[in-house]
Amino acid sequence: MTPSAPYPKRRRHSARAICAAGAGIRAAVFLAGSLLCSTQLTAQNDSTSGVRIGLTYTPGTRPGVFVAPVAGAWSDSVRAILGRDLDNGDRVTAILAQGGEPLSGALNYAAYAKLGANAVVQASVTPSGSLHVALHDVVAKNVSNVGDFPLPAQPLSAEWRLAVHGVADEVERWVTGTRGIAQSRVVFAREQGGGLWIVDSDGANARPMGVPTGLSPAWHPSGRYIAFCDMTNEGTKIALRDVVTGRTQRVSSRPGSNISPAFSPDGSTLAFSAGEDGMDIFAVNPFNGEPAHRVTISRGVQDALPSFSPDGRRIAFTSNRLGHPEVYIVDADGTNVELLTSTGFGDQLYRSNPDWSPDGRRVAFQSQINGVFQVMTINVRDHSVQALTSEGRNEDPSWAPDGRHIVFTSTRSGPKQLWVLDTETYRTRQLTRLGLARQGAWSPRLDNAK
Amino acid sequence: MLVSRRSSAALLLAIVSLTACKAKPAPTPVPVAPPVAVAPKFNKDSADAAEAKKLAAAAAAKAAADAAANAAAIAKAKATLGQIVYFDYDKDEIRDDQKATIEAKLPILEANPTMRIRVAGHTDNRGSDEYNLTLGQKRAAAVKRYLAARGIADARVETVSFGEERPAAQGENDDAWGKNRRAEFEILSGGDTMKAPK
Repeated sequence: MTPSAPYPKRRRHSARAICAAGAGIRAAVFLAGSLLCSTQLTAQNDSTSGVRIGLTYTPGTRPGVFVAPVAGAWSDSVRAILGRDLDNGDRVTAILAQGGEPLSGALNYAAYAKLGANAVVQASVTPSGSLHVALHDVVAKNVSNVGDFPLPAQPLSAEWRLAVHGVADEVERWVTGTRGIAQSRVVFAREQGGGLWIVDSDGANARPMGVPTGLSPAWHPSGRYIAFCDMTNEGTKIALRDVVTGRTQRVSSRPGSNISPAFSPDGSTLAFSAGEDGMDIFAVNPFNGEPAHRVTISRGVQDALPSFSPDGRRIAFTSNRLGHPEVYIVDADGTNVELLTSTGFGDQLYRSNPDWSPDGRRVAFQSQINGVFQVMTINVRDHSVQALTSEGRNEDPSWAPDGRHIVFTSTRSGPKQLWVLDTETYRTRQLTRLGLARQGAWSPRLDNAK
Repeated sequence: MLVSRRSSAALLLAIVSLTACKAKPAPTPVPVAPPVAVAPKFNKDSADAAEAKKLAAAAAAKAAADAAANAAAIAKAKATLGQIVYFDYDKDEIRDDQKATIEAKLPILEANPTMRIRVAGHTDNRGSDEYNLTLGQKRAAAVKRYLAARGIADARVETVSFGEERPAAQGENDDAWGKNRRAEFEILSGGDTMKAPK
């Protein structure tokens, strides 16, 4: 564990030397004009001059962040949420001491350094209800970041919690240079007619959405709409729900089945699968009333479960055109179909449910191993495969907006539940505890959501 | 039975109106018409009436029997129409041992040319739950294709899929899976005026 690489995440300048001398994780604040040592001056000289605030961070080393007791109303909840969010992000090591008093006066930075902390989060809920946060840099022995975050009026409400999650995400950005994903939600479908449910990224506030006939939910990139497969006694249709107004509109009711919707990254196109004797991928703008157009020509086989690449130009989907389900990629205009999951699976003949990663490099999918589904990723360029699960039945992968975490369905603890996995550390946590939960779809960051 | 009683009552009413005064149960002795004298005069009518009554009762009984038989035939036809077709794992081809189940539906659909039905495909729970919706759809479509090849117009057969969402049997075993890989049939229209096949 060499705390070597410089700010913020990728190696941009030759700062390897600067902290190599220091044992353990060492945070360094690159503030022009406030440098730690002469070796660091070299590093600073390599970077652009001006203000670059952040702690050194590299994948594999996790800066310790001490979340101090919070002052003001609902302080324990705030502290618990901040600490849990930072921990769930898997980019820092959150340190929470039991009990304690809110910080006052000058901080004993050396003491925090002994605890393994590179940074200390000092937060207080102001009388006006907003959250005031200061981030202390333990090594530089100063305050590196300060922010004031308004909170909704009703403490502990879903929107209040969402706002606190947003604060945690911003603290994570201060520390690592990358905004967190705590301020997001997962929509999912419960089995046996349980309909659509939604849960916060930390597993709190699981609640039904009032769509008892919903399956296969998919987020609009704005976070405002959720498309889903509406299953009634009359079969399946594609519908679109406005999360704010609760209004639901019908998008597609072609003869046969209408299933597995997915939005394009720009939000203007909804892809789905429909057909009667054989199913094709269709695309439609659900907001302007224009008719859907066909993307794939299946000729009687089953093309379904589309997922757009982040540039919107390509679509990964499941097809049994070679006799069994595999994951394919097609240009959004329907040309250039290619088999993605082509090699390395032996006689295992079932791969499906692709979800293209936000960075565009990988596609998560599920593959049967000895008749049981496991979640994997495949590199779009070199087709290298990374297996992510092995315990129980694991399926329905959906990427978090950070392109690092995946929510999926697993039977590892018994009945189907949603779990979250960090594809870099393989750390997993259980997201739902309801039972019969599946088909999780991770929302975009809900910074502006109502 | 109700029918026959009702028609007898109607007949009696007709007789009563013809023989109004006699029918009146008059306890007053004033016009005690000599029944002996009147009887021959009404004799033929009365016989006819009795005969008509007998015939009506017989006809009513026959109608009732016919109706009951027809109702039974329709019930049987509905049951035949609703009979489930089963499939092999991950397959949508109609199995040879399931063809008779579909064949038996043909005379019913032919006897009711305006009847419309819905075929719903289902799967077991071993595949991807979302991709299974496409397999269920293919199963329903395979049944529709079979019916079309035997002369049932496409427009009369709607197909849908419930995938693995509505299992007929619970459990993780061959028996449950076998019961769940199926196509179910539902009458969409024409069920109220349904005729049993000859």
